[in-house]
Amino acid sequence: MEKLLQVKDLKVSFHSYAGEVQSVRGVSFDVGVGEAVAIVGESGCGKSVTAKTIMGLIQTPPGEIKAGSEILFEGTNILAMTEKEWAQYRGASCSIVFQDALAALNPTLTVGRQIAEKVMLHTKVSKADAYKEAERLLTLVGIPNPAKRVKQYPHEFSGGMRQRVMIAIALACQPKLLIADEPTTALDVTIQADIIDLLKDLQQQLNMAVILITHDLGIVADVAKKIVVMYSGKVVEKGSNTDIFYRSKHPYTQALLRAVPRLDADENQELESIEGTPPNLIAPPVGCPFSTRCKECMNICQTQEPPEYEFEDGHICRCWLYHEFAQGNKEA
Amino acid sequence: MAKLLTPLDKAAIRAEDFAKAVKDENKVEASFERTVFQQLVSSFRQNKLAILCLIVLLTIILSSIFAFLSPYDPDEMDVMNKMAGPSAEHWFGTDELGRDSFTRALYGGRVSLSVGFSAMVVSVIIGTLIGSVSGYVGGKVDAVLMRVVDIFQSVPSLLMIIVFFSFVPSNMVTLIIMLALFSWTGVARIVRAQTLTLKERDFVVAAKVLGVSHAKIIMRHIVPNMATQIIVAASLSVAGAILDESALSFLGYGVALPKSSWGSMLQNAQQYILYDPLLALIPGAFILLTVLCLNILGDVLQHALDPRLHK
Amino acid sequence: MSEKILEVKNLKKYFKSGKGTLKAVDDVSFFINKGETLGVVGESGCGKTTTGRTCIGILDKTEGQVLYKGKDVHSLKGADKKAFTKEVQIIFQDPYSSLDPKMRVHDIIAEGLRAHKMCATKEQERAKVQELLTTVGLNAEHATRYVHEFSGGQRQRIGIARALAVEPEFIVCDEPISALDVSIQAQIVNLLIRLQKEKGLTYMFIAHDLSMVKHISDRVAVMYLGTVAEITDSNSLYRNPLHPYTQALLSAIPIPDPEVEEKKERIKLIGELPSPIDPPAGCRFKGRCKYATDICDKERPELREVETGHYVACHMVK
Repeated sequence: MEKLLQVKDLKVSFHSYAGEVQSVRGVSFDVGVGEAVAIVGESGCGKSVTAKTIMGLIQTPPGEIKAGSEILFEGTNILAMTEKEWAQYRGASCSIVFQDALAALNPTLTVGRQIAEKVMLHTKVSKADAYKEAERLLTLVGIPNPAKRVKQYPHEFSGGMRQRVMIAIALACQPKLLIADEPTTALDVTIQADIIDLLKDLQQQLNMAVILITHDLGIVADVAKKIVVMYSGKVVEKGSNTDIFYRSKHPYTQALLRAVPRLDADENQELESIEGTPPNLIAPPVGCPFSTRCKECMNICQTQEPPEYEFEDGHICRCWLYHEFAQGNKEA
Repeated sequence: MAKLLTPLDKAAIRAEDFAKAVKDENKVEASFERTVFQQLVSSFRQNKLAILCLIVLLTIILSSIFAFLSPYDPDEMDVMNKMAGPSAEHWFGTDELGRDSFTRALYGGRVSLSVGFSAMVVSVIIGTLIGSVSGYVGGKVDAVLMRVVDIFQSVPSLLMIIVFFSFVPSNMVTLIIMLALFSWTGVARIVRAQTLTLKERDFVVAAKVLGVSHAKIIMRHIVPNMATQIIVAASLSVAGAILDESALSFLGYGVALPKSSWGSMLQNAQQYILYDPLLALIPGAFILLTVLCLNILGDVLQHALDPRLHK
Repeated sequence: MSEKILEVKNLKKYFKSGKGTLKAVDDVSFFINKGETLGVVGESGCGKTTTGRTCIGILDKTEGQVLYKGKDVHSLKGADKKAFTKEVQIIFQDPYSSLDPKMRVHDIIAEGLRAHKMCATKEQERAKVQELLTTVGLNAEHATRYVHEFSGGQRQRIGIARALAVEPEFIVCDEPISALDVSIQAQIVNLLIRLQKEKGLTYMFIAHDLSMVKHISDRVAVMYLGTVAEITDSNSLYRNPLHPYTQALLSAIPIPDPEVEEKKERIKLIGELPSPIDPPAGCRFKGRCKYATDICDKERPELREVETGHYVACHMVK
């Protein structure tokens, strides 16, 4: 598959009163053209910061993108772009949908106008055509009666419909990459399922790459063909959805899968509780970030950063357990 | 089997490192949270003006307290030296009876400041009590108490105090009570608004479910959680009380002679304003500086203590 | 047959608002047996939290009855009321707003002990608080700290310790895990299950996460727009959901298994959730239900027992 986006050794820090918060500490992954990728992790694992960096939404200062970080979009390093190039890139090449649609929409403008403005910003069209485009986009995201809806204000839409409007705005100008940052966290389950279905349809219909960022492994099972699991600012495991769900290698991914109850599970399923809390990113542990909570933790995990191991094509895991010495351990 | 992607330094890896780690389960992590005090210190550090105000205010307060160190008696007349300009002996000159202006201003500050602070304390106590009960109980009690607040806020307070003083002699105690009586309403409103939001918070609900009495809930949960707002209101209230006291003294309804306050010094000075404007300027400057510093500090405190205003 | 600890009969809770009457809870009946966990699920605005809070007397009722061990919760006075506050407790959703930021952990946990004069001396109180901290998986040294030094999961443990301090029999868990990270949720749920076994507690577990509710509950009540749609034991709810809303809800829950997800048929709901202010007459769900007929417009479906212990409020279920 042709690569659309390549994130290479991305490191992002924020400077605060207490010290440097190392939110993202060396993240690498690729997104192919038209591919759906999920970034999964708990709050504070750096998944949102990664997404915002790809969109160029990190304020510097207090943020700092460390030297050596590279994000290639169709081969160009976007971190080296000028402000003017960024403006063109945002929206036309890459769009983002946030968790809180109500905060992201302007309450004083009609929904139609907000979509039309985005269209006119990036393409030279007349106002009437822009509004027509807005209607088309609303139909595309499954909002009934678009001719009437374009004239309405955000507060007249329900939570799920507002999120659809956000997606419509993001889709204006046919971006090649859509980033959805926890798009369903604030929504009820039935509406969440609708939005996830919509994203999946759009990705296939428009051959658009999607990065879905979420804390919920369940919702990505069917949507994303590739999954990146992050913990404490690092990628601990990445692979295809079947790799992650059926053959996960990292103790964190394994524990995470066993920590959520399955609706279709039999009675008395035991939940695995991952003791402790994620490490503080001002003073992250040396060695493996998960070592403080890992049941398999070995001495080396607390002193040296684990290397990457590749299992099948593209299934990569960072863990000392797969070192030859640890293999001997297991048998003994 | 797994393929290694990261180059490893073979020499640094020993087989014994792969033994299972023993973890100290009882480790208590360090905290990176800031306390209110640290927040306060850091916002003062960022704000040079606030530090200046604090210094000025402390200087005025301390020098008023230690006014007895001045070589002059504030009430001792020295007619030979009246209306003198600034000099090495009399830093800010003397008044129409030859009394040292600077010393008088410091002693006046004792009266003005103690009236101001005492009135604030009384009004904060009344305001907190009425505001928290009103907000916590709600319903009819709230409606009645808030109408009382409205009535107090809609009468011209200075006029009422003047009328009152035509029946009752004015001294420090009556003055403080009068000033407090007309200034608790502001505190009460702030406290009531805070109580309304705090009483819906889950920790208050939890206390109710635990069977904690209402009085204890107000004392232990509601009032401590709005201490910051009360402090801000209090700092502004001192400023207001000092201004009101000055105005009353200026109109001749302040503390009785020979005791003087900044207000009564101003009144005294108005007869000589054309001959010696300095007489009016000194107490005026003291009032201005004190009130200005208190207002600025109140503002800084509000920003430092209110998390919603944090950047 | 086990003993009913809580019985709710035709409970209604209305709120007056500028736009009309918000019928948060509208004619809800159910019971909870001693020692069991009743899960209450539903989407936001379905009245599950209001129901929970009305059941333990935090909110007044509009109509109906809540009986705790046979006594009407809303007409308790004096000593009875005090005794009720010792037996019934609540655990909150938001681990931040549920603990007083101005108090030390020790004082937070000891508050109930003091209110009910359960410890004669300071020494006893300290020992009891430390015992509680250990029970919920915290350190005894944590007692002198302020809550802002703790993470969400640790705060939730403090909230649980506070509720346990008065040795209650019945605890309303109001979305206790929704605000927590996935890896922490299991910790708290396992803790709650362990405590139930050790102390014989009865839970009303309110949540929107159906898989978690199914995991922890013996029986589950599904709420929709202020009414109970279906109540049954948690396994038959998954295997044999009868109410069309329950069916749609179940089909929307993601399952962390790509193959299962791919094969899954989802029942899509038409339309949107109506406003609880002056809600539709008849069946609340009729506007979004593909089985709806005339009778659903006219009559409100009663909660009927269609199989042993399986209650459904739907005209179409025979």
